[in-house]
Amino acid sequence: MITAVVFLPLIAAIIAGIMAFMRHGADEHRSHSIDRLSQWVTCGALLLSAAGSISIFFDVALGGNSYTYELMTWIDSGTFEVSWALKVDSLTAVMLIVVTGVSSMVHIYSIGYMHHDRHVPRFMAYLSLFTFFMLMLITADNLIQMFFGWEGVGLASYLLIGFWYHKPTANAAAIKAFVVNRVGDFGFALGIFCVFVIFQSVDLDTIFAAAPGHANDTLEVFSVEFDALTIACLLLFVGAMGKSAQLGLHTWLPDAMEGPTPVSALIHAATMVTAGVFMVARLSPVFEFSDVALAVVTIVGASTCIFAATIACTQNDIKRVIAYSTCSQLGYMFFACGVSAYSAGIFHLTTHAFFKALLFLGAGAVIHAMSDEQDMRKMGGIWKLIPVTYALMWIGNLALAGIPPFAGFYSKDIVLEAAYAANTGVGTYAFYMGLLAAFLTAFYSWRLLFMTFHGAPRADEKTMAHVHESPMVMIGPLLVLATGAVLAGWVMYDNFVGGSVVQFWGNAILVLENHPALENARYVPTWVKLSPLVVGGVGIVLAYIMYIAKPDLPARMAETFRPIYLMSFNKWYVDELYDKIFVRPAFYLGRQLWKVGDGTLIDGVGPDGIARAVRMLARRVSALQSGYVYHYAFGMMIGVVTLITWYLFTSAG
Amino acid sequence: MPLSEMPNLVPALPELFLAVAILALLMIGVFLKSDTADNAMRTSRQIWMLSILTLVLTALLVLTVSGERLYTFNGMFVTDQFAVFMKILILGGAGLTLLISRDYLEMNSMGRFEYGILCIFATLGMLMMVSANDLISLYVGLEMQSLSLYVLAAFRRDEQRSTEAGLKYFVLGALASGMLLYGSSLIYGFSGTTNFTVMAEMFAHGGDYAPSLGVIIGIVFILAGLAFKVSAVPFHMWTPDVYEGAPTPVTAFFAVAPKIAGLALFLRVMTGPFGDLVDQWQQIIVFVSIASMVLGAFAAINQTNIKRMMAYSSIGHVGYALIGLAVGTETGVYGVLVYLGIYMFMTVGTFACILCMRRGERMVEDISDLAGLSKSQPLLAMALTIFMFSMAGIPPLAGFFGKFYVFMAAVEAQLYGLAVIGLVTSVVGAFYYLRIIRVVYFDEAGDPFDKAVSRPIAFVVTLSAAIMVFFILYPALLLDPAAAAASALFGG
Repeated sequence: MITAVVFLPLIAAIIAGIMAFMRHGADEHRSHSIDRLSQWVTCGALLLSAAGSISIFFDVALGGNSYTYELMTWIDSGTFEVSWALKVDSLTAVMLIVVTGVSSMVHIYSIGYMHHDRHVPRFMAYLSLFTFFMLMLITADNLIQMFFGWEGVGLASYLLIGFWYHKPTANAAAIKAFVVNRVGDFGFALGIFCVFVIFQSVDLDTIFAAAPGHANDTLEVFSVEFDALTIACLLLFVGAMGKSAQLGLHTWLPDAMEGPTPVSALIHAATMVTAGVFMVARLSPVFEFSDVALAVVTIVGASTCIFAATIACTQNDIKRVIAYSTCSQLGYMFFACGVSAYSAGIFHLTTHAFFKALLFLGAGAVIHAMSDEQDMRKMGGIWKLIPVTYALMWIGNLALAGIPPFAGFYSKDIVLEAAYAANTGVGTYAFYMGLLAAFLTAFYSWRLLFMTFHGAPRADEKTMAHVHESPMVMIGPLLVLATGAVLAGWVMYDNFVGGSVVQFWGNAILVLENHPALENARYVPTWVKLSPLVVGGVGIVLAYIMYIAKPDLPARMAETFRPIYLMSFNKWYVDELYDKIFVRPAFYLGRQLWKVGDGTLIDGVGPDGIARAVRMLARRVSALQSGYVYHYAFGMMIGVVTLITWYLFTSAG
Repeated sequence: MPLSEMPNLVPALPELFLAVAILALLMIGVFLKSDTADNAMRTSRQIWMLSILTLVLTALLVLTVSGERLYTFNGMFVTDQFAVFMKILILGGAGLTLLISRDYLEMNSMGRFEYGILCIFATLGMLMMVSANDLISLYVGLEMQSLSLYVLAAFRRDEQRSTEAGLKYFVLGALASGMLLYGSSLIYGFSGTTNFTVMAEMFAHGGDYAPSLGVIIGIVFILAGLAFKVSAVPFHMWTPDVYEGAPTPVTAFFAVAPKIAGLALFLRVMTGPFGDLVDQWQQIIVFVSIASMVLGAFAAINQTNIKRMMAYSSIGHVGYALIGLAVGTETGVYGVLVYLGIYMFMTVGTFACILCMRRGERMVEDISDLAGLSKSQPLLAMALTIFMFSMAGIPPLAGFFGKFYVFMAAVEAQLYGLAVIGLVTSVVGAFYYLRIIRVVYFDEAGDPFDKAVSRPIAFVVTLSAAIMVFFILYPALLLDPAAAAASALFGG
């Protein structure tokens, strides 16, 4: 069962990939049928895979039958042994549902969205390939296999961001995503090495079993002693930060919106970016033994949460707003993990996957309707024209803002409550940042809604005349996701974070006795429970005032608080800062190494220089050949004399 | 003369046969009608065929008298496995170069019957050299070969370049002969004998007998004379001029048979009588070898004439072969023999290709004339490519194994410097071999060559190319006889 779930997408990807080659040069009718066939194959495989995941969820998560399915030995070198194995426990089962569920919906949605594209089989192949790597990542039973999936999703992400490779911005964004992720992956790789140094193994079960024994180990780095587990955890967390776009390594995510919208929904909202959260939760038996690492996770998560939310308030590109929102929500998940409420983080991950995918796909439907317009300033007044999409976007936003009874309400509240209940400095910091971010979330969500759907139409007439509801093949998946966004919260609350939490998660997540944040979350004061809802409401009202009641207010405010506005609008100048600190010096260094180092020095002395020297020597040698017999005879005599003299001096002497 | 003093003629049977055959051919040539151009051509063609036949018969005789070591003519003449191997190579090289020469001669109104006779006369000299076991017989054989070659170089006597080549070769060759003689007289003066066997016994005393200075200087002079014959640096200067000036079939002949004979003599003399003085002459051979490899590699780069380039190439090849001699062991000699076997076919094949470079009935000799050969004559281009790759020593072609065995011998003898320099120069050498391939395949095509390729040339090209390619499948055909010959030289 689990092998089918994991490998069906791979098989589909290979078949669709072959079709992509077959399509090349085929006539119109034939290429159309190839497109259809590739869509059938990939969507069919994903739906089967999703069905399998649901059955696994019931068996493993609800039935409590976790197992590891060994495929084969991968690397066997001395004491270093790594196998291909699929580890299935509650955590994996939950992720399986999220990944295959969202992925299959996105696959179906893509049939409609990519209708006009000339590279349908290639797109479907990439999507399925991504799904396979993601499944490989979440079913990994050792760190190396996880790294394999980790790099694989990075590759698929790169391919899909740059899917429209004729667009320079798409190429730049793809490269940026890849390079920034490389920083994180480097940390991850170092983390794996570090783990191997400590545990002599990369096998998860072995590590988890041995972790308590290594709690007080130290590791010498640059002749300074550090707590070994802290080092390992922090390095691994750097990897998570890269993949999950946390503060510092977040810059690639907004740019990744250059990819087709279904890609944004699948990879850059629901699944891949949550891999970091998943990793931290998966490694909870290690992270639990390092308070420092957990504190860092909390601070980074909380800071990202508020940081991204402030930026989202001023962006005008509909997808970028949602992208920053994603970034901010990932912050919630991280600080939940940071206060040892891993299950709350995964809970938020799950609900977020549904409503964020819904929002992205809804935004895609809007963009589709507006003839590929993404700027919200050129939208407005279309809610009557596309009522279904409008309603679905409402559901998504309600869930995002945490309004009951939508899914986000449950998960975000438990995250905030756990942060408060942690009763530590960083926990409290996270709580207040999260609360502020919740206010901003509600504000920018409704800002998005109002700007997109309400007010006077700001698009030109041709576009407005063309505005139309999306086809059923696109609306259908949205309805499924909307159902999830509405129901996922209260259906799963009890199992994920409520009373059945211990038996549901089983051994998948470890929380030490001295980290009782989730336990205590139930007993927080009422004002803590209510405050997220209140600030959410205030945010919505504020958005209403600014964008419906007094539409001239935002401009005036931007004028009044110009520095703050500019700061937010320009994304806190992080990109500019990186450009100055890393990109330009790197380019300069590269150019110097290329022109001076390689061109002048290595080529000059090496290949070119040697070639020049050879030619010169050749000319000299040829010049000896004068053609005169007496020169030649003289040469021979000299030769004999030289040989005899040399002999007399070396041997006979 | 009493019958009992009659020398045993059996060991020298092939040479005797060849000598008699030459005289017979000369008579036939003179008595056949040559009054008109047509008749002259017919005569020359008949002599050409008979010459080749004679070489084949001689080769068969060589094979029948093979076997154990035999001396005759008062120990001046020796035959053994080594001599058999070398003689077969020489006869093969001479026969193949004679095969490819006919069209050129007839086309350039050089169709005179003396050509074939001179060739086999030179071949007789070479066979004598290989079997020489005395400084006197060595000298006689060498001169017999050289005098024929001088005439051959100037064979196209109505052309200035050819006569110039012949004259240069003669003058310098005389100088080299003088050195050789002087060295021989020194050795005779200081050791009291000219016989190799006696010398070997004398020098074999090892520690308690230090050879006198005169002997050593004599050896150096003999070395210089022999180095001239194989065109090793610094006695190579005649080579490019003579190769370029001589008619192309003669150049082909020069590049093959005399080189093999010269190296055979080198091996015989250095490992035989002077075998126990290896410490004395090794460094000189090492120097000559390195100098030849380096000069062969570098000087060839600037050449535009393909015959001249082949001259430098042959200097380089001699350098590689001398590596094996410098090692001075059985493995080293084995490497040289393998190298020479492969070199023979490689060079003959290349010259057969060069002989196809005709445009409007005229020979062209510039490398740039090869441009576009791949389009007009793809098969010939492929064959030439095989030869060039083989010369550059690129596996799996035969040329690689030639180099491989001598380098291995050098490494085994811990002469690492020699092996490394050999590798470096073969990289440099690859430059000009590959340049020819580039010209053939990638340069803008000029006028195509004349299509007609005669049957003998096609045969030689195909045979040599096949040997280059398929050597790797049946290497034992060459390796086993070479091993036997090498062990025979060391008294096995």
